Amino acid sequence: MNADLTHTHIEDVVRNSWGRVLSILMSHLRDMELAEDVLQDALIAALSSWPQSGVPHVPEAWLLTTARRKAIDRLRHCQMHNSKAAEIEMMAKLTHQEHDASESSPFAKCKDEQLSLIFTCCHPALSQAARIALTLKAVGGLDTREIARGLMTKETTMAQRIVRAKRKIKAANIPYKVPGKEQWPERLQSVLSVIYFIFNEGYTATSGSQLSREDLCYEAIQLGTALNQLIPDEPEIAGLCALMLLHNARRAARCTPDKTLVQLKDQDRSLWDKQAIKQGTHLLLGALAKASLGPYQLQAAISAVHANASDFSQTDWAEITVLYGRLYELSPTPVIQLNAIVAMSYAKDAEFALSALNELQTAGELQEYQYFYVVKADLLVRTKQFEAAKSSLSRAIQLTANKIERAFLDNKLLELHNR
Amino acid sequence: MQYLLLIYAAENSGPQPDTPEFGAMFQAYMEFNKETKAAGVHVAGQPLQGIETATTVRVANQKIQTVDGPFAETKEVLGGYYLLDCADLDEALAYAAKIPTAAWGSIEVRPILELNFE
Repeated sequence: MNADLTHTHIEDVVRNSWGRVLSILMSHLRDMELAEDVLQDALIAALSSWPQSGVPHVPEAWLLTTARRKAIDRLRHCQMHNSKAAEIEMMAKLTHQEHDASESSPFAKCKDEQLSLIFTCCHPALSQAARIALTLKAVGGLDTREIARGLMTKETTMAQRIVRAKRKIKAANIPYKVPGKEQWPERLQSVLSVIYFIFNEGYTATSGSQLSREDLCYEAIQLGTALNQLIPDEPEIAGLCALMLLHNARRAARCTPDKTLVQLKDQDRSLWDKQAIKQGTHLLLGALAKASLGPYQLQAAISAVHANASDFSQTDWAEITVLYGRLYELSPTPVIQLNAIVAMSYAKDAEFALSALNELQTAGELQEYQYFYVVKADLLVRTKQFEAAKSSLSRAIQLTANKIERAFLDNKLLELHNR
Repeated sequence: MQYLLLIYAAENSGPQPDTPEFGAMFQAYMEFNKETKAAGVHVAGQPLQGIETATTVRVANQKIQTVDGPFAETKEVLGGYYLLDCADLDEALAYAAKIPTAAWGSIEVRPILELNFE
């Protein structure tokens, strides 16, 4: 009996293998529900046998073989036995092969299976909320309770969302395959946006009493890294990975131990993770060298300029302004315009930026966007219009659901009143 | 697997008759028909007459009620359909994107529920 083999440890090992094993099971069973059920069965088997036998040399091979045996059992028991004969035979054959090849890993060549699983989970025929939940569950190996907690949703709601999505995959025959050339751009975009959403949910936690939820960020970076290894020639994937690493590198400096938010300009840069910055910058340069610019690479480039500045006053704002300009060309949204205005306020001056901001407001954009009012208040303070700044901050506070951010803004407002 | 592709567009939103654009649209539909037939996925497909020709029937308390007009007043109306036999949803979606009306209307793709009535 191995005392170190706690349930948590076994669960971690299984979770790390989850997406890969599931993708192979899916490729033969073509039924996500069944594939997940039998892998769950294999996890239960691992929890009872590994404490005695120890973790197998290749845990993934053990899980796969066990799950396949469970699949044969389930298929034999199911009512439509006859129509499943082909799957049973296939599973039996594969289980046998695996047994012969005992320790050799079937995972080196399962690239297409893994990609198929990711693309199926992120299929645009599913709602964005369903894509996120499915990806975390099937690829990331999180259970429904963890996903519900991470995304601040009730567990029953989340369970229902996942069941509905799986039902649609089956009923509409959403294929389990890597999309063809015609659909590739839309489909890749969908995968990247799911991963980035998961990261952002972790990084800026839109509501609740915590500023960031590390596990979600970690999960997103894992997903991105895996995808980048599977498709090394798509610079936007590397761009997204770089972006997440560079953002995440600043985590420790974003919040004081008593949970007060620290703005970029006031952050203690010695707390930034230099290794992650180096890694992110390296990834980004590799992507840029492929000369196929996209929004993730540009955002990563902006983040890299910040991350590589020794202090706030050394930031190359002219470069950042140019990068935001390019980004706006690719995706002309008011939020990007707002960020460009912030960069301009340092590259040029606050007066100039404020007039650009007022134009944006006249156009009726961003009325309900809290960050707009935070920026406006900052520009008003820098141009010494304190009364107007107070009302702008109050509006921002009204629009903020995250407790830590609200406390930060409350504090700013108090400072303004006390001056 | 069969998919029903429902073609919706706002009334009079597409090319109008007796314009060169109308001819081009007609040509594009001909080509779409040719392509789906050549690929062996075409089961059926026709445009519908205008919404002003629609009649809706309901039976309440065993009494037939017949009224003029579609079942619901909406901005986008059903203008035609295709029934295609595709390998999977991706194939059906790829064809949906090729339907000329997709450029100004919307195509709803619905899998057919295959029931055995025998």
